[in-house]
Amino acid sequence: MQPMRILIIEDDSEAAAYLVKAFREAGHLADHAADGLEGYAMARDGAYDALIVDRMLPKLDGLSLIGGLREQKIDTPVLILSALGQVDDRVKGLRAGGDDYLAKPYAFSELLARVEVLQRRKGAASSDPTVYRVGGLELDRLSHKLTRNGHEILMQPREFRLLEYLMKHAGQVVTRTMLLENVWDYHFDPQTNVIDVHISRLRSKIDKGFDTPLLHTIRGAGYMIRDSSR
Amino acid sequence: MTALGKLFRTTAFKLSLAYLVVFAIGAGLVLGRVAWNVKALMDEQIGTTIEAEIKGLSEQYTGGGIRRLVNVIEQRIRQPGASLYLVTSFNGQTITGNIDELQPGVLDRPGLIETSYRRTGDTDARDHTHRALARIFVLPGGFRLLVGRDLGDRETLRNVMGRALFTSLAWLVLIGTLGGLFVARRVLHRVDVIGDSAGRIMKGDLTQRIPVSGSNDELDRLALNLNAMLERIAELMTGLKEVSDNIAHDLKTPLTRLRNGAEEALRTARDPDDYRAALERMIDESDGLIRIFNALLTIARLEAGQSGADMAPFDVADVTRDVGELYEPLAEEQGAGLELDAQSGLRVIGNRELIGQATANLIDNALKYGVGDSGGPAQVSVVARRAGANAEIVVADRGPGVSVEDRSRVLDRFVRLEGARSRPGSGLGLSMAAAIAKLHGGQLRIEDNEPGLRVVLSLPLEEEPREQKAAVLALPVAANPRTAS
Repeated sequence: MQPMRILIIEDDSEAAAYLVKAFREAGHLADHAADGLEGYAMARDGAYDALIVDRMLPKLDGLSLIGGLREQKIDTPVLILSALGQVDDRVKGLRAGGDDYLAKPYAFSELLARVEVLQRRKGAASSDPTVYRVGGLELDRLSHKLTRNGHEILMQPREFRLLEYLMKHAGQVVTRTMLLENVWDYHFDPQTNVIDVHISRLRSKIDKGFDTPLLHTIRGAGYMIRDSSR
Repeated sequence: MTALGKLFRTTAFKLSLAYLVVFAIGAGLVLGRVAWNVKALMDEQIGTTIEAEIKGLSEQYTGGGIRRLVNVIEQRIRQPGASLYLVTSFNGQTITGNIDELQPGVLDRPGLIETSYRRTGDTDARDHTHRALARIFVLPGGFRLLVGRDLGDRETLRNVMGRALFTSLAWLVLIGTLGGLFVARRVLHRVDVIGDSAGRIMKGDLTQRIPVSGSNDELDRLALNLNAMLERIAELMTGLKEVSDNIAHDLKTPLTRLRNGAEEALRTARDPDDYRAALERMIDESDGLIRIFNALLTIARLEAGQSGADMAPFDVADVTRDVGELYEPLAEEQGAGLELDAQSGLRVIGNRELIGQATANLIDNALKYGVGDSGGPAQVSVVARRAGANAEIVVADRGPGVSVEDRSRVLDRFVRLEGARSRPGSGLGLSMAAAIAKLHGGQLRIEDNEPGLRVVLSLPLEEEPREQKAAVLALPVAANPRTAS
């Protein structure tokens, strides 16, 4: 994955320092702005790949900052961080022009996965291919056909969408909540890890009987489709 | 402040004082008006009498000359309580009459006039004069005839009226002040009682209530409302206390595990792999804690009715199918049966996410606790159906169920029945589902599935726009091709 330039707009300096360090360890470039106005200026002038914006900021609150950027036709992907984390807050954040929303406290792996997907979304928004290919696995989005090394695999509609999302973000970590949000369109907490069972079902369909597994579990983070033979 | 000072500052006292002033002015005006009218009436009567007498006397003069006039007048003077008479020659010399002294110049002004005079034979002090209303009539031949009436009666009446005015005002002020003081004291006393009760409540005795006098007046209604408010506060406080007790208890357990895990790792871990494993366990443990906090926060906001969740129409059957399908592989993995039956067309107005969450909680519970007595796999059925004006999501299992006594309790936060404590779970799932149902104007019912537990999430269906439907049907088919298809 190419390194990303990330701007973190967060007034809690300790949390911000932790994020900057963690993103650098993950191989990205991270800058920090401590209040809304500074963040707005940096986001407007700098060429960032993604912004991480706290909702409650001094001088200019997060939602107004995003609204201001969108008015200036700056469409850098934005992930909103919030301590509020309720259904309505997420809806408000996305309406204000945010691309994704994460409630505090969060796992850094979740944040990282979401930010990496955001950048990918920006780069590939216009030209999503009709066929996704990973290793010998081929998913045709138009005919809803799936083959591995030429053998057709029969899929349930939901399994197909699950795999489609994973393959769209091939090589990237996709978390359980991202799957629940994007494949099932629900944002609640299912208490038991229901997603894991769906994944193991999917895995038995696409990886069973093949030497190289494509669907990998990333411990403490989520799942990834990747051609591990290369 | 003295008790009296406090009394003077009460609203009741100020009000009664204001009324007192208004009434006093009113009474004064009425009495003054009456007095004025009476005086005018008397003056008119006296004037008429004098006029008549003058007419009679001038007829006497015309008939018998000055001599006859003088005779008649002298005759009349001798009668008691008589009028006033005076006849003078053209140069002002008294011919006869019962007046000694007159205000100078009166005789030169013919017509009705009010004047002071002194009666003949009055032995009073020199300065004692009376007032009279008199008319001077010039007779042919230059004689002047004065006929008058003493105004003593009128003066007496005026005095009586004045005294009446004064006494009534005095009584008014006295009674008004006393009444005002009485009312003010009564009100003040009751306000003091309310204040004292409030003080005791603020000191922490939440069982105190404000006494109600039973008169159903404003103060009583105020006291009743305050009491109702206190009742609600006490309820909330009890709820809060219960919740905080439960939180303290149920969060202590995972926190202790977290701490013990860290200590144990420090003590026994030998290599980085041991540390890594311990840290990962601790992260899992804290994720569990965060999950509990989020659930608590959600329930609190739902119960306060401040979730601000977007409400939009959606089909309950879709959500039931989605969530049922989400749990289906999990059930299969556990060897449990999950039957799904959802009839479409159950439109409700609500928040799809929240209903999804509630359904997920119910299914999750059924899979966890609906395990049969023999330890066999759970048999769960999930049904979405119409029941009158409601849509119902029914999740039923064949497990041990919940006894009648425990049914209302299981909806409380953190309540986990015996036997469930050993299994994972926070005891928040059902309370959250109940809060979600309540937010949507519905309810969560716990029923007996004979055997097993049946939980019914009942939501009011979106009201069917009947008139609108009728209107569409009434339209000609050609005008609306969609109705034809």
